[in-house]
Amino acid sequence: MNVRLTSLLLGLPALFLAPMAHADSMQLNLTRGVTDISEKVYNLHMLVFWICVVIGVIVFAAMFWSILRHRKSRGVTPAKFHDNVKVEIAWTVIPFLILVAMAVPATITLIEMDDTSDSDMSVLVTGSQWRWHYSYLDYDIEFMSNMATPREQIYGRLPRTENYLLEVDRPMVVPTGKKIRLLITSDDVIHSWWVPEFAVKKDANPGYINEAWFRVDEPGIFRGQCAELCGRDHAFMPVVVIAKDPADFEAWAQGEEQRLADRRAEEERLLGMEMSKDELMQLGQQIHMSQCAACHQPNGQGVPGVFPGLVGQGIAVNDQTAHIDVVWNGVSGSAMQSFRNTLTMSEIAAVITYQRNAWGNNTGDVVQAADVHHFSQGNQ
Amino acid sequence: MSTVVTDTHSAHDAHDHHDHKPTGIKRWLFTTNHKDIGTMYLWFSFIMFLVGGSMALMIRAELFQPGMQIVDPHFFNQMTTMHGVIMVFGAVMPAFVGLANWMIPLMIGAPDMALPRMNNWSFWILPFAFMIMLSSFFMPGGAPAFGWTFYAPLSTTYSTDSTALFVFSMHIMGMSSIMGAINVIVTIMNMRAPGMTYMKMPLFVWTWFITAFLLIAVMPVLAGVVTMVLTDKYFGTHFFDAAGGGDPVLFQHLFWFFGHPEVYIMILPSFGIVSAIIPAFARKPLFGYASMVYATASIAGLSFLVWAHHMFTTGMPTFASLFFMYMTMLIAVPTGVKVFNWVTTMWRGAMSFETPMLFAIAFVVLFTIGGLSGIMLAITPVDYQYHDTYFVVAHFHYVLVTGAVFSIMAAAYYWLPKWSGVMYDDFLSKLHFWSSLISVNILFFPMHFVGLAGMPRRIPDYALQFADINAIVSIGGFLFGFSQLIFLAVVVKAAMKKGEPAPAKPWEGAEGLEWTVPSPAPYHTFDVPPQVK
Repeated sequence: MNVRLTSLLLGLPALFLAPMAHADSMQLNLTRGVTDISEKVYNLHMLVFWICVVIGVIVFAAMFWSILRHRKSRGVTPAKFHDNVKVEIAWTVIPFLILVAMAVPATITLIEMDDTSDSDMSVLVTGSQWRWHYSYLDYDIEFMSNMATPREQIYGRLPRTENYLLEVDRPMVVPTGKKIRLLITSDDVIHSWWVPEFAVKKDANPGYINEAWFRVDEPGIFRGQCAELCGRDHAFMPVVVIAKDPADFEAWAQGEEQRLADRRAEEERLLGMEMSKDELMQLGQQIHMSQCAACHQPNGQGVPGVFPGLVGQGIAVNDQTAHIDVVWNGVSGSAMQSFRNTLTMSEIAAVITYQRNAWGNNTGDVVQAADVHHFSQGNQ
Repeated sequence: MSTVVTDTHSAHDAHDHHDHKPTGIKRWLFTTNHKDIGTMYLWFSFIMFLVGGSMALMIRAELFQPGMQIVDPHFFNQMTTMHGVIMVFGAVMPAFVGLANWMIPLMIGAPDMALPRMNNWSFWILPFAFMIMLSSFFMPGGAPAFGWTFYAPLSTTYSTDSTALFVFSMHIMGMSSIMGAINVIVTIMNMRAPGMTYMKMPLFVWTWFITAFLLIAVMPVLAGVVTMVLTDKYFGTHFFDAAGGGDPVLFQHLFWFFGHPEVYIMILPSFGIVSAIIPAFARKPLFGYASMVYATASIAGLSFLVWAHHMFTTGMPTFASLFFMYMTMLIAVPTGVKVFNWVTTMWRGAMSFETPMLFAIAFVVLFTIGGLSGIMLAITPVDYQYHDTYFVVAHFHYVLVTGAVFSIMAAAYYWLPKWSGVMYDDFLSKLHFWSSLISVNILFFPMHFVGLAGMPRRIPDYALQFADINAIVSIGGFLFGFSQLIFLAVVVKAAMKKGEPAPAKPWEGAEGLEWTVPSPAPYHTFDVPPQVK
């Protein structure tokens, strides 16, 4: 920590000068976005902004004029007035009229934004700590979307790349020119789904479903992130949406449906197969890093009092079935979610094997997909 | 306890003359003197300001560069949470109560507050509340990490056991605030000097009078909502849990029904302070006294009808969003009246620019900037973009730091000669003002841009395009933080009586009963009520 602090302080003057170097690439204003609505929102923002600037300039001009002219050091005699009904009525009524002028376009835009009727397609968006799940109600498509930025970049062991913290493993894909209705909810705490370029920000409330919509006209990649404090990794919960031409979208959708079907078939196949312990450990380590490490930490130590450690104690060294149970079903009333829809049975088997043998746990247990399957059958 | 009361009582009976006071720790523990209690509130709030400020510096240190360098994200969330809680409940509110204690009796010509023993108690439970709150850092899992707004279910099902300490200390703070508010109301209603009608009261008294009613109205709501959090977490209720028929958004409605009036609790007394200082240094009566009173009352009334503007993205019905948008915009009218009145008070005055006036002028300019960004935030469709970004952080720091805190600084410089009996160090005070003014704008102004560009609040790490502005903001933060040590030096110097002796009325244009008593104000003032014409 001391080394870091020192380097921080030494780098301070350099960083202060850095902004001037590439100020032209810096975004300082709200985005215009890529939808009709976001354009309207931007125009409304600029309208209100300029009204505020004008009011501010008038008020501050009057103030600085009197600061310059009406100062004792110039030998002025103070005036005595302290009331003027006409002036006071004027500066009550005029601001009111300005407000009405702002309220009219705001009302029209808001009514349009809140109208989710006549949509072409619906996607159920479910937030959970700390990833998004997308389920296409008109297709047989569903998937988890995790942040793809590696921890090595966050902790400075690898150089940070262009879309640092704003990249995911599986983005949401939508067709252009279609009104997409989002049904937004949460599995645990409140999250908020936000893509600035669509001007859509809607809270994901556990147990309730919110609606929002957008229509993108041009293909592109659009990035956003969770906007409501949702716990430890709130900063690491990006949203990426790719808009494709309808034909490309259909191709993607078919591929995605096929991928899910293949995955189910593969799952069936793996149930009859044994993986070697090395294979399980290797896959398990990947799964642990991508799915478990945010809470239980890469070294399995957890965060005392918040997220349980897995090393030499608790579930990872005791009863194996209980371990499968926790990963399969989650723990209700805690941040531990169910992974039955996130991971395949072989992935669950691998990560459990990994956790039971890594970091000196050395239980020697090997869990196979068939064991997970067996548990799931007994459980249902 | 009873022996203690008897002791002080008999001591009081035995030596019932002017300026007697017990010495040492007993003076401060058992005091019922409004000046002593005011002093303790002010010191307490300044200590809390430094504690909360050092947490802000930890936040800014982590945000200086992209990536995680100094703290863990969970600890970062503890910092944002405790920074907010301490600044709101530990720094700003007690500072105003301290000013009320010192100045309201002096301004209305009363010998003391109406309920002096309750006054002692309402101060002395506060340090314990904050000790409980801060001790949660040493629990497994650390202090609360759910934001000062403690939204359920992050604060219920998903929180650590520090929640229990959080709830308990919130209850104690609420009790303290309610008792303080009752004391202010009873004092103002019953102890005004003969001839001081309501419409002759100084505006600081008026704004505090209205603030006290707000406190009494909303602190019980806060107590209710923290209790619901407690029972949801520990006793199996489901107020905020859909699985048991509750609703997490209900929490937000209750919290903000408290939270929005709370915002005005932290700014109305500022209006009173600035309305005292600007006429004093413009040497001209306050413009529109009556409209100031009515504007304050309307702001207080409207504050109960705007709470859901904090919740536009929760999925309210369109009609509700529209209602809360209109009501919020309406608040701009009385707030505008106040700003126009202050500017017109300066107009054609004969101004001089002592440190209290500098802070008051900075207040008017920077609070207006915060008010104007408030109008932008009121517009629901664009609030969808601003909500939970650094634009909001910039907005509420403009109204709370360059608003409330600057007005408290202005008040401290304005009345310090009365409290200490010496003039403050003019050079240091000017240094404090200019370094604060410049650094606070380096700190908060760029936040508007990074918020508009899309940086969410309450994140320990951010995308690369936000890096430059965050570096600037952090530098501003450290400069502003360390500038406050100059203020500490000024106050300590004055408290040690180092400086020019202050006359009873050190400011040429100042008005009010507090300037009729000597400086420093004697331990007991207005034993015989003054006559107000």
